[in-house]
Amino acid sequence: MAATTPSFPDLRMLSTIDQVGVEERARRFQARSIKKESKLSALKLAVTMLDVTTLEGKDSPGKVKQLCAKAMRPLPDDPSIGPAAAVCVYPRLVRVAREAVGQSGVKVASVATGFPSGQSRLKERLSEIRYAVGAGADEIDMVISRGKLLHGEFRSIFDEIVRCKEACGSAHLKVILETGELQTYDTVRIASEIAMAAGADFIKTSTGKIQPAATLPVTLVMLEAIQDYYDRTGRMVGMKPAGGISDAKTAIHYLVMLKETLGRDWLTSKWFRFGASSLTNDLLMQICKQRTGRYQSADYFTKD
Amino acid sequence: MSTKKRLAVNKTYKLYLGGKFPRTESGRYYELNGRKGALLANVSRASRKDFRNAVVAARKAWPGWDGATAHLRGQILYRVAEILEGRSEQFEEELRAQGTTPAAARKEVTTAIDLLVHYAGWTDKYQSLFSSVNPVSSPYFNFSMPESTGVVAAIAPEESGLLGLCSVIAPILAGGSTSVILASHTRPLCAITLAEVLNSSDVPGGVVNILTGFRDELLSQFAEHMDVNALLICSDDEKEIKLVQERAVENLKRVISHVDGPLAESPYHILDFQEIKTTWHPVGV
Repeated sequence: MAATTPSFPDLRMLSTIDQVGVEERARRFQARSIKKESKLSALKLAVTMLDVTTLEGKDSPGKVKQLCAKAMRPLPDDPSIGPAAAVCVYPRLVRVAREAVGQSGVKVASVATGFPSGQSRLKERLSEIRYAVGAGADEIDMVISRGKLLHGEFRSIFDEIVRCKEACGSAHLKVILETGELQTYDTVRIASEIAMAAGADFIKTSTGKIQPAATLPVTLVMLEAIQDYYDRTGRMVGMKPAGGISDAKTAIHYLVMLKETLGRDWLTSKWFRFGASSLTNDLLMQICKQRTGRYQSADYFTKD
Repeated sequence: MSTKKRLAVNKTYKLYLGGKFPRTESGRYYELNGRKGALLANVSRASRKDFRNAVVAARKAWPGWDGATAHLRGQILYRVAEILEGRSEQFEEELRAQGTTPAAARKEVTTAIDLLVHYAGWTDKYQSLFSSVNPVSSPYFNFSMPESTGVVAAIAPEESGLLGLCSVIAPILAGGSTSVILASHTRPLCAITLAEVLNSSDVPGGVVNILTGFRDELLSQFAEHMDVNALLICSDDEKEIKLVQERAVENLKRVISHVDGPLAESPYHILDFQEIKTTWHPVGV
């Protein structure tokens, strides 16, 4: 990545999004037939792309440790599955997670910047990032000020992301657009452009606290923004759909879309993540189904 | 009045899954012929994926049905009987079309209605019958009581299209479990019509799921599914029973086998799908 000063994107160059076209195209990704070995390898790949997440008021160190154990070894009796890409927690629990994952290769991601609303002063939001990074976070999931974005204060959003990126230092920055609040695909596209130009390493759909969260069409719009940005600048940006992806079948639809939009290069946990909590067990159950031929029961898998 | 012949409007016999009537996801069907060889209906031939979807629906419906009061479950079962009574002519007609004599059809429908009323009465009584206070040699108040097992899969009797089916469903429902039923292959019509009755009797969607299709195709799926807690098979075929018993070991599901015919009215059929929970409660402290 070039160490140039980020510059505000020329939004006049953007064409409008064809809503019907995007939704129809997204629908077609659901019609691919992925069976047998391809299905098994897609399921295994999806496990390695998981950002195993817990973002609840009742989170405790114990719960986070348990989650880390699951991320490091999703299927206790089979070390060939996983590990997951990262665990995603609140800043106060980063230290616990850092200790728990150790040198396993599982990253620690932390939400910050006044998650999930982003409605606090920039000063506090930046200090939250520094706190999380200081506690050992490898990745920061920030939220943007959607209110300002919808007001058309694009420069302000741009500056906010640039400042957050600076605060991250060497940690990766994922920018949450919260597409459920952005009303139109055009706004999603604008937000994606601004985030990437400001230095985002990943763009992410949602916090998971607002409905609708990630959907196939909105992810497609963002993937296409990533593609165009890559064509212009040569810099790869990652994608993280989050929220609402709770079954293996949907996860496979996302992988199909990723492969057919951005190609093979993005098909790794370095460039694509699933933000999810209940998806993990469904993936594991489907993997066991593929291996044994027997449909599985949640009774026989660890609860997160 | 017009003398023009009216176009026949025939019923499409579909599956009953999660409170809806979908076609099988496989798109397959089999032909059901009446006594004189005339086509009665194209019946859905359920696949293992339909079965999987049915189990998902039943699992989802279980906490609600298990948590419903015994009184409410009784009222709903009685309601099923009431609606069946109102539609008895349709059931008799379907039974006759599938080869039952008119007198036998009449008897089968009334027996089925009476059986539902019988189990409606049991819903708030079997607990007292099967609970016990146990003598123990330490200062504990020790008692055992039945709780519903969860999702029960059942292979309904082949020779009895309506009564057999009702005699399988009623005890499972009375005891608070949810069910996935494979209807009779040769007498499937009443099963789907009964689903319409269940659907309009406040039986929550997913509590009863009814599939039609081939027994030999679905039997091992029924037995192997890890999320099924118990299996009832009505069969006279030793090989079939042995097969399900063997396939059921993986999650140690309970297998109850019964001869190929309607189950008698008895609270012990409710007990078949109950787990006994024992509580040790300290006394004198």
